[in-house]
Amino acid sequence: MLIALISTVVFFAVIWWIVVHSSGWPEVKQAFFNGKQFRESLPGIAKAFLVNVRLFLIAEVFILILALFIAVLRSLPGPVFFPIRALAIVYTDLFRGIPTILVIYTLGFGAPALQLQGVPTSPFFWAVVSLVLVYSAYVAEVYRAGIESVHPSQVAAARSLGLSRWQSMRFVILPQAIRRVIPPLLNDFIGLQKDTALVASIGVVEAFRQAQIDSAATFNFTPFLATALLFVAFTIPLARFTDWLILRDRRRRQTGAAL
Amino acid sequence: MTDRPMGEALRLENVHKSFGKIEVLKGIDLAVRQHEVVCLIGASGSGKSTMLRCINLLEPIDQGRVMIEGQEITASGVDVNRVRRRIGIVFQAFNLFPHMTVIRNITLAPTQAQKVSSAEAERRGVELLSRFGLADKASDYPDRLSGGQQQRVAIIRALAMKPDLMLLDEVTSALDPELVAEVLNVIRELAGSGMTMVIATHEMGFARDLADRVCFLDDGVILEEGRPEQIFSAPREQRTQQFLARIVAAGRL
Repeated sequence: MLIALISTVVFFAVIWWIVVHSSGWPEVKQAFFNGKQFRESLPGIAKAFLVNVRLFLIAEVFILILALFIAVLRSLPGPVFFPIRALAIVYTDLFRGIPTILVIYTLGFGAPALQLQGVPTSPFFWAVVSLVLVYSAYVAEVYRAGIESVHPSQVAAARSLGLSRWQSMRFVILPQAIRRVIPPLLNDFIGLQKDTALVASIGVVEAFRQAQIDSAATFNFTPFLATALLFVAFTIPLARFTDWLILRDRRRRQTGAAL
Repeated sequence: MTDRPMGEALRLENVHKSFGKIEVLKGIDLAVRQHEVVCLIGASGSGKSTMLRCINLLEPIDQGRVMIEGQEITASGVDVNRVRRRIGIVFQAFNLFPHMTVIRNITLAPTQAQKVSSAEAERRGVELLSRFGLADKASDYPDRLSGGQQQRVAIIRALAMKPDLMLLDEVTSALDPELVAEVLNVIRELAGSGMTMVIATHEMGFARDLADRVCFLDDGVILEEGRPEQIFSAPREQRTQQFLARIVAAGRL
């Protein structure tokens, strides 16, 4: 324990020493770690970051619902449901395959350009739609892995009690499946949260876009550091919260049993 | 429909079932009267479990028919969920729902499938738990119970649907020896209360004590059936004799 601590401290001290004594350090420090720039740009970026948070929260709600829907469709058994399963497969293949930024570009610029009546033209709206389409494909696969990990004997038990296929899914399969996939779900949501920065490309002024604006005005890169810190400050509590959720669930089920 | 003998609970006629190329059931015929306890014995792979799963419609049969109180349940257009509510099945591996408390395991099907009110389902659940000595476990999760307790909960879960018929599929095979008795006592009480049961079991002593009739399954057919004292002391078929000799040699009878 003590040795690990000492070796860690020494390791980072050496790296630190090498970096701050490099010939380019004063310029890098000025360009990336400028305290004054940081203080000046942070409030504006933090305000723009609220757009990211809004994007993320709205998209996440729709993703959780749409992805679950796709995953359930894909697990329908029998030849009758083949067309539905095939559709679900095509959907996931397509939207996992296309780079997110292409989807955002195509919908963000293409859909409003159609000039159809009733079709929203707001970039924010199309940003949400793009993220929902792309991430639902990933999250549907996560759900599906969860659904398939529930042992068939659970289905047998549920059906043997006279529960319908849908009731078995709702009360027996999905609750167990979702509990199991909470860590990978969170993983995808951190990914989603970071990808909200991609929508800068269609003109939504969020944190990254704001940092670009600040940086262009001052020829200083510190605003990007501020942006990075905001993203990290948002994801870390989310990760700890998930850890806590998992632990609480396990404790509740196994109190008294060996962990 | 009306040509059944009075009081017939279950009838299997020429039931065939294959998995891929392997034919597991090769024409099963069996009639069970109401309140009768039938034990199925036979080596692993002889088709006991498959037979029970076919009665519960968990496996579709390839040929023949299954009838409950004279009504064919394997006909097309039968509401399988409705049929299953009348037939309780208990599995070797308990198959309790691990994410639900004991009482919720028991009340799920009555409230969702039978539309019994939560209060009523809970009252009945608690009543059953007390009857089988598990009243204090109602709000525990299955992981916290012993195997014997879990299996008793699984039996109660099936009973909560007020089935006409119970199917028990080697319900003590996954238990430590010292936990077997508590589960067998529950089954004994059920038999005493007049429950019609078909029991696949390796507990020969239990089958001899409890069964009204014992069926020996061999290679997908009921090779021999009769009263337990006849099957266990004077089996007619050579295969039955060999099977029982192995059981005796293993110290299980």
